[in-house]
Parts: sequence; C-alpha cells; structure tokens
Amino acid sequence: MYDAGHYDVIVVGAGHAGVEAAHAAVKRGAKTLMLSLNLDMIAFMPCNPSIGGPAKGVVVREIDALGGLMGKVIDKTYIQMRMLNTGKGPAVRALRAQADKPLYIQEMKYELEKLEQLTMRQAMVEELIVEEGRVKGVLTETKAAFYAPSVIITTGTFMRGRVIIGDMSYESGPNNQRASVKLAENLEALGFELVRFKTGTPPRVNSKTIDYSKTEIQPGDPVPSHFSYETKTAILDQIPCWLTYTTEETHEIINDNLNLSAMYSGMIKGTGPRYCPSIEDKVVRFHDKPRHQIFLEPEGRHTEEVYVQGFSTSLPEFVQHKMLRSIPGLEEAEIMRAGYAIEYDSVVPTQLWPTLEVKTIAGLFTAGQINGTSGYEEAAGQGLMAGANAAGHALGLDPFILDRSQAYIGVLIDDLVTKGTNEPYRLLTSRAEYRLLLRHDNADLRLVELAYQHKMITEERYQRFQAKLQQIDEETKRLSKIVVRPSDEVNQHLASIGETPVKEPIKALELMKRPKVTYALIEEITGETSDVEADVKEQVEIQVKYEGYISKSNQQVERMKKMENKVIPENIDYTAISGLATEARQKLEKVRPLSVGQASRISGVNPADVSILLVYIEQGQIKRRTDTE
Amino acid sequence: MDFDTITAISTPLGEGAIAIVRLSGDDAIAIADKMFRGKSLATVETHTIHYGKIVAPDTDEMIEEVMVSVMRAPKTFTREDVVEINCHGGLASVNRLLEMALGYGARLAEPGEFTKRAFLNGRIDLSQAEAVMDLIRAKTDKAMHVAVRQLDGKLSQLITKLRQQLIETVAHVEVNIDYPEYDDVEEMTQQLLRTRIKEVSEEIDKLLAMARQGKILREGIKTAIIGRPNVGKSSLLNALVQENKAIVTDIPGTTRDVIEEYVNVRGVPLRLIDTAGIRETEDIVERIGVERSRQALKEADLILLVLNNNEPLTDEDRQLFEVVKDLETIVLINKTDLSGLLDHEEVSTLAGHHHIVTGSLIEDAGVDQLEEAIAETFFKGSIEADDLSYVSNVRHIQLLKQAQTALSEASQAIDDGMPLDLIQIDVTRSWELLGEIIGDTMQDSLIDQLFSQFCLGK
Repeated sequence: MYDAGHYDVIVVGAGHAGVEAAHAAVKRGAKTLMLSLNLDMIAFMPCNPSIGGPAKGVVVREIDALGGLMGKVIDKTYIQMRMLNTGKGPAVRALRAQADKPLYIQEMKYELEKLEQLTMRQAMVEELIVEEGRVKGVLTETKAAFYAPSVIITTGTFMRGRVIIGDMSYESGPNNQRASVKLAENLEALGFELVRFKTGTPPRVNSKTIDYSKTEIQPGDPVPSHFSYETKTAILDQIPCWLTYTTEETHEIINDNLNLSAMYSGMIKGTGPRYCPSIEDKVVRFHDKPRHQIFLEPEGRHTEEVYVQGFSTSLPEFVQHKMLRSIPGLEEAEIMRAGYAIEYDSVVPTQLWPTLEVKTIAGLFTAGQINGTSGYEEAAGQGLMAGANAAGHALGLDPFILDRSQAYIGVLIDDLVTKGTNEPYRLLTSRAEYRLLLRHDNADLRLVELAYQHKMITEERYQRFQAKLQQIDEETKRLSKIVVRPSDEVNQHLASIGETPVKEPIKALELMKRPKVTYALIEEITGETSDVEADVKEQVEIQVKYEGYISKSNQQVERMKKMENKVIPENIDYTAISGLATEARQKLEKVRPLSVGQASRISGVNPADVSILLVYIEQGQIKRRTDTE
Repeated sequence: MDFDTITAISTPLGEGAIAIVRLSGDDAIAIADKMFRGKSLATVETHTIHYGKIVAPDTDEMIEEVMVSVMRAPKTFTREDVVEINCHGGLASVNRLLEMALGYGARLAEPGEFTKRAFLNGRIDLSQAEAVMDLIRAKTDKAMHVAVRQLDGKLSQLITKLRQQLIETVAHVEVNIDYPEYDDVEEMTQQLLRTRIKEVSEEIDKLLAMARQGKILREGIKTAIIGRPNVGKSSLLNALVQENKAIVTDIPGTTRDVIEEYVNVRGVPLRLIDTAGIRETEDIVERIGVERSRQALKEADLILLVLNNNEPLTDEDRQLFEVVKDLETIVLINKTDLSGLLDHEEVSTLAGHHHIVTGSLIEDAGVDQLEEAIAETFFKGSIEADDLSYVSNVRHIQLLKQAQTALSEASQAIDDGMPLDLIQIDVTRSWELLGEIIGDTMQDSLIDQLFSQFCLGK
C-alpha cells in the first residue's frame, strides 16, 4: 500500500452519476479525484441510446440549471431531438434526444479534462478507509491509497454484477466490463444493508441487415429544441428512428421457450423494474395484446449498431435470434450483441441522509444506480447533488438539499431516502405532486438562484439569468398595458380559432389567459411585436395562462413547507416518546427524518404519530426556553 | 405558530339550552365575520361579546340569533385567534352553524385538537405534556374506531368503486403523459374524461341527496302551517300535537318548549315551525297576514296550507297559492261542518299537483287523511330509511361535497379547454378526498395502477 495522493473529494466510478459528482465537486471548489475501471467508458450508456423523455428530460434541464454537464454534452452529440407531449399542457412537455453513444463519451471526457482541479485515474477500488465512523479514503486493487474527507461511490450496476442469458450466467458488469466484488463485500462488512436488483437490455443488430421499408419512420423535430439553457447552435442533420411491431409468431416463439428464460426458470433472484419489462414479461402478463411496439434506434452516427428498444430479454441467444427474425423488417437481422439481464447489489437508500451522505459513516456518499434507481438522468441528478454535498462536507460549506416543490431531483432523492424502493426506481411525472411547478420550461427559474448561492455556476451565467428575469417582467408589464378593443377584425381572429368574441376592451395579458389564444395571435391582433427571445415569451404565456392552477399549487407548497420547516432535533430518541406506535417508532429510527414533513411521508407513520412527534418536539423547545429563562 | 383554522361544536350535544361553536386559527375571525351580521368582528376589541345574527351565505336569510365572543391571540386557550358562537342548543341549528364555518374554509377539528394546539402554542405547561400525548393517542384511536364504525359497509364499497373509476381515469391520463409513444391505449380525450367525471359525479350527487334526506329524517321535516287568520291553523297544530304527542318525548335534549314542535306522523318526524307565531296570530287577528307566512315557509320542507270552507277565496289565499307553487305542499280545506262558500273548483286549479284534503278539525274529521297524505308525500320515493342513514357523518358529507367540487372544477376546466394534465389535478384531488372518507390516501397506488393497467415499455 502506498500513499497515492490527497484530495478533498474522491469519486469512485465515472458513469452518469460519477461525472456529474466530480464536476459539481470541482465547481464548488473541491480538489477532486475521479476513479474509473476504464477511462474509455466515461459516461457510457450501457442501455438505450437516448436521454430525456417525460420527467427525465426535466431532470436534465435541472442539471443544466444547477451547472451540470449532461444537458450541455447531449446538446453537442445528439443524432435526433424530439419534444414529446406537445399536444398536452406545459407541465408535461418533455424533450428527448437520441444520443451518439461513442461521441457522448468522448465529449464528456473532454469536458472533464478541461477541469483544472480534477484528476482522473483508471483503478479498481476494493476498500474504503474508514476510521471512527468517518471515511478517510479508498484503497485500490493495485494497493494505491487515496485520501480525502469525502468519498462518493457511484458504482452503478457493477457491485457483484452477474450477467444472465438463458441458462448461462457469469460475473460481470454491464457490457462485459469487470464486476466490482471486493467493494461490495467491504460495504457489507461496514454494515451496509444491500438489496439485489435486476435490469436488462435488448440485443443490438446490424443496420445493414434491417429492411427499413417494412417499418415506419420516426424523424426528429424539424427545428430541434435543446436541454441546456446555454446552447445556441442546433444540429440540423438528424437521423431517424424506426418503428415496427412484434407478431403472433414472435409471441409463439417466446411462449414455447419460456422455460429457457432466466426470468422464469428462477435463476434470477433480483427484483426487476415494472416500467421496463422484458419482452417475455410483456407477452406473459398481457397475453391478449396481439403485438408490441419495437423501436429501432441507431447507436450513433458512425456505427451500424442499432438498439432494439422494447425488446429487452434474457432468453438464450438462439431464441433471441429466432424472435428477432419474426419481426417485420428484421427477417434477415444479424445480432451484433445479444440481450441480457443483469443482477447487482444496491444500497437500501433509507440509509442515506437527504444530502446522500451515509448516516453511519461521515463523509461517505452514494449516488446513482447503486442507490436503487435506474436511468442515466436519475443517476446524473443524484451525482450532482452528492458532488455538491461532498464538496460541502470537505470544505465546510452549507448542505444543499432540494425539496419536492423545487425539482424532480428533490422528489427523486426524497422518495429514495424517505420511502426507499422495492424495485429499480424510475422517475415518472406522476411521482411529483407539484408537477405543474416542476416544468421543463422553468427549471432555470427554479434553480439558477440556488445554484448561484451554492457557488455552482459562474457569475456570467447568473447575470444572463438575471437579464432573462428582467425581460420576463418587462414583457409582462408591456402586455398588461396594451388594450385590445372589440372590433370585427379582432373577433374574426378569435372566431377563427374557436374562441368567443370580446365585447369590452380587454388587456392583452388578460386575453392571453384564454386557452387557444397564442402569443403569435396577440401580436397579430395588437400589431405590436416584441423582440425578446422565444423562451421569454413562452414563460410569460405559461405564467399567465395557467395562473389559476399555478397559484393553487403554490398554496399546496405553502402548506407543505409549514411541516417541512419543523425540524426534528438530530439527537432525538424515539424510544423516549410515549404514545408512538411500534411500527412508526421503528420506521422513524431507521429513516431518521430531518423534518416533521419528511416524517409524515414515511409509510407506516400515521397522522397520530405525526401529532405526537410535533408535541414531543415542542416539549423539548419549551424545556429549552424554560431552562434559559 | 401558524396552522389552518379549525372548528368544532364545543358543548355536549343535545344537553343544553345553548351550544357553542368554536373556531381557532388565523382565519377564525374572518370566517366568523362572513357568517355574522352585526358589528364588524374584524374591528371589535379583543375579549368582547356581541349580539347579532347568523345569515345564510346565498340568501342572506337569518338563521340564528347569536352572541359571538371574539378573543384575539395570544391570550386565548389555544394562543390563536378564537371565536365562540353561542347559539340555541338544538342539534339542527348547531350543525347548520358548523357546516357554514366549514363552508367558509375552516377544517373540522380532530378530537383533542384544540388541546393539542394549546399545547403546541405553549399554553399548557411541560408537566402536562405526557398527558396530552396519551390523550392524542387515545382520542385518535378512539376516533378512528368510531369513524370505522360509522363507515357503513355499503358506503365504503361504493366509495371504493368510485375511487377505482377515478384512478383508472387518472392512470389513463398519466400513461399518455409518461409514455407518449405508447400506442396501445386509446388517447384519453377531453370528451372521454368528461363522461367519466360525469359518471362519478352523479353517484356522489346521489349520496349527497341521501345524506340530505337522512338529515331530514333525523332532524324532522320542517313543516309550516300557513293560511289567513281564523282558518284553523292553531286547531290543526293542536290536532297534530295531541294525536302524536306521546312519541315526541324520546327526542333527547329537547326542553318542554320544544317538545311541542316535534310530532311523529306515521313514521315521518315533523318539526312544526313558527308555532308561536301561529298562536300569536290567532290571538291578535289584526297583525296577521301573508308576510308572516312567507317568512315561515322560506325554510320549510313541507307546507300545510289551510283554507276556510266557510268563506270565498280571497286575494290573500291566491297569493299564498302563488308562493307555495314550487314547494312541497298539502292543502287542507277546513270547516266542512259549515256551509260551503269556497269555490272548490278554483282551489283545485290553484292547487295544481298538490294534495287536497278536506275535513273539519273541530269535529276531528280529515286528520287521518291529512296524515296519510303527509306519509305518502314523504315516502313516495323508493328510498329506504335504511339507505338514508349511511351517509350521516358530518365529516363524510363534507368530504363528499369537496370531492364533488373538485370534479366540477375539472368539468369547468374541460369546458375552458384546459389541457388534460391540468384537468387531472382536480380529478386526483377528488380521488384523494374520497380516500379520506375510507382512510386510504396512499400516493403509491397510482403508480401501481399504472403498471397493472398498462403494458409499458419505452
């Protein structure tokens, strides 16, 4: 063992969580070391070649508003960009990119290499150095000891990873990388509660063997939108995806070979995600569905590999081959990589504080798929927050916690550390009770100020943001001064979009409250245009149009905050509180919520327990007041 | 400390001549002010008491004469603003006041909540803390048991069914949002959503209608006897009371004065209103008239209109018919023992669909027929008395009303052309409120529904 160097923060792993963690730690001023098994696989996408989508796409924008990398890098490397849910309300609009996988890795690595304060090393970490309940550093298999007061573990699905295809299985991380076994054993020895999860990936086929004429084209948006608020140039040369379907024959092949499926033979013990079932799962559980959608997604610009979305499987390779060839367009398809299931250890996330610091070991953080989530975006969001807090811990800065009304990232982390999860956790818009506030369009309005306070973005960026705020304000004022008078022309415009005519003079801002009245129409009717950016106009329009709902949501948030502001003392002894139900007591001891609000979200803690908790806390405060008097 | 505003009836039910409805919280005074006509409570001195009237929200009609105490924070029991409304002790009037307070935004206090607030706001000293916690535990558990017992199996089943309908609808909207490319499910449209909302909304309407009728059964059908002077109103009153007075004594909490108001007519409880007025008018013939009657029948569920067979119809009679046109009414032609100067044909025309009973109260004739008509009027529907009792809990009714409001807001949003994901907010709210009735508000069930209802991939 030799002393290989001293840092403020060490990040173990360089997947989507690891890179954001390292980047955020550096941005907050920490001297940081990032260790990866393979430096050619930084921010590699072992599953689907896409980023974003409902809820996840908002997370990417939040990461960008907080100064993170994901949005910026995907904006430089996409092969296709699509805005989803455009026919629905503003709260659920979602951007999704198809990524150029190899290019994404290259670009991300290059971004990180620009950071002066970041050191990257290829290494397999085997052990944590822990003394008296505090982490001190890590030890690699080559006997290098790296020291830091903060360590973040972001090892994804590598911990005791096991790949399963049909009846064969072997120890492995994703894509035949080395599994991390000793570290898992070390965590267990340190007293971590681990749980076994499972996920899977579909086969990749060679594009040259696909007959696209039998499939439907899925092009990108003609004018692509972007994730980063800072991106100004678009990639216009986009590549389409293709849609095809499974057939009765596919389903027959699956049913005939179910006994060979690792999922059904009992070989897989881990819990898989319900939202991303394998094709055999879909066929069994929804047996009356005649067909399932299959999306063919290119893995990059300079590769023939095509990802078969919707076709995740752990059936033996020869069955995969047969199944694929029963699908229109894939009759001659050649498999380049077979689909597989992967089982791995993850940390029960209720062992973490909302900062993602481990409760029992000071300075140790975990982030990403190791915490029981799935998805690149969920991992990246956690990585960023863990990086910020690990730097904070090392440098003596304030903790940074987002609440459920501020960001999807807040919802994600609160769900994990408060409720835990019994399957790989994916963000869905329906998990957010304040969905209308957590929109794609306002991630910067929600988070840039906070990011600035926590020193995660530059002064220039903050000034640009301030300028945008001012423009929104001025534009709103401008529209509230313009009066639209009833006239045949105005009412013809309104009639043409199916709106009722105006009878009295009305402010332009008021008129825009009507659901079908767009910004463009207002400009046409009033004859007055504004040269502010489209995102400023969008903001003004959304804030005006959905004012009623937004203020309702804000009231809900106010109510939540009252409970959220009731802090539970760190040294609280739940056994000393008479009247708590046994189940509630056990759950509270395990989760150790920071506030009464968080306590109330733990399943098994009922309203009576919350009341008793409130009384108990108040009692302590009275006692303190009495003592000081 | 800032909390929402809570309210409850703070005196034992049905035991006193007066009762107190208490409000505590930031909005206590504002809510009381909305109910109250008299001095502006917002500006009165703290710890003062004021005479005034409680008026109905929509009609401004007087409901109760009350004394209202206003006590501002912090020198109050809870250390919050507290208002106590002293009213007459009848269960019906107290409930009415409580409902109004709830309607204006107060929340029904949980058991022991005033005490809890007193504690949380530092009003009770430390030595009492343990006792308070035990009290909350005991009271909450007890309240839960009571709530469960009050929750009729039928109601619970029905609510569960309605919630299932709502959550399937919500899951449908959600799946369109979270899996926009998932083509297997029909895209939820405004039209489809409207239909689904309407179905549930109609069921809730039925429940609320039952609750209203159940309330009538418990509290008595407010019955007004009207008519010109000297037609026999007080004879009718006496006849009804005399025939039925044995039954009225088992109503708890009624004083001798009120006993006279309640009669049980063939299983239908009548609460005769303005009986004093009737006596008075019979005594002082000059001060009578249509105006007094009009007043009485505003709040009546049933009207008994008395005519004199011995006199021709007057304009006053015709006016009375006009007034009761749309109200539940039985016409009694009294004094058939005397010569018939009344034009029965015109009466029949004026009465329209109302029942007409003829008789002579002096000779005790016609009372049976009248009672039969009353029973028939009330039990003409197919509703069983049993059905009416299962939605009786004030909390349940309040939650049903709120759930209904949320649904109508959703419908309104559909009319306004709002996007589905916003409309869905109110549908989900309704689902949550119904869940509170049966004690089930688990957020996670939506996610479970999503995955069991749809086969999801991308």
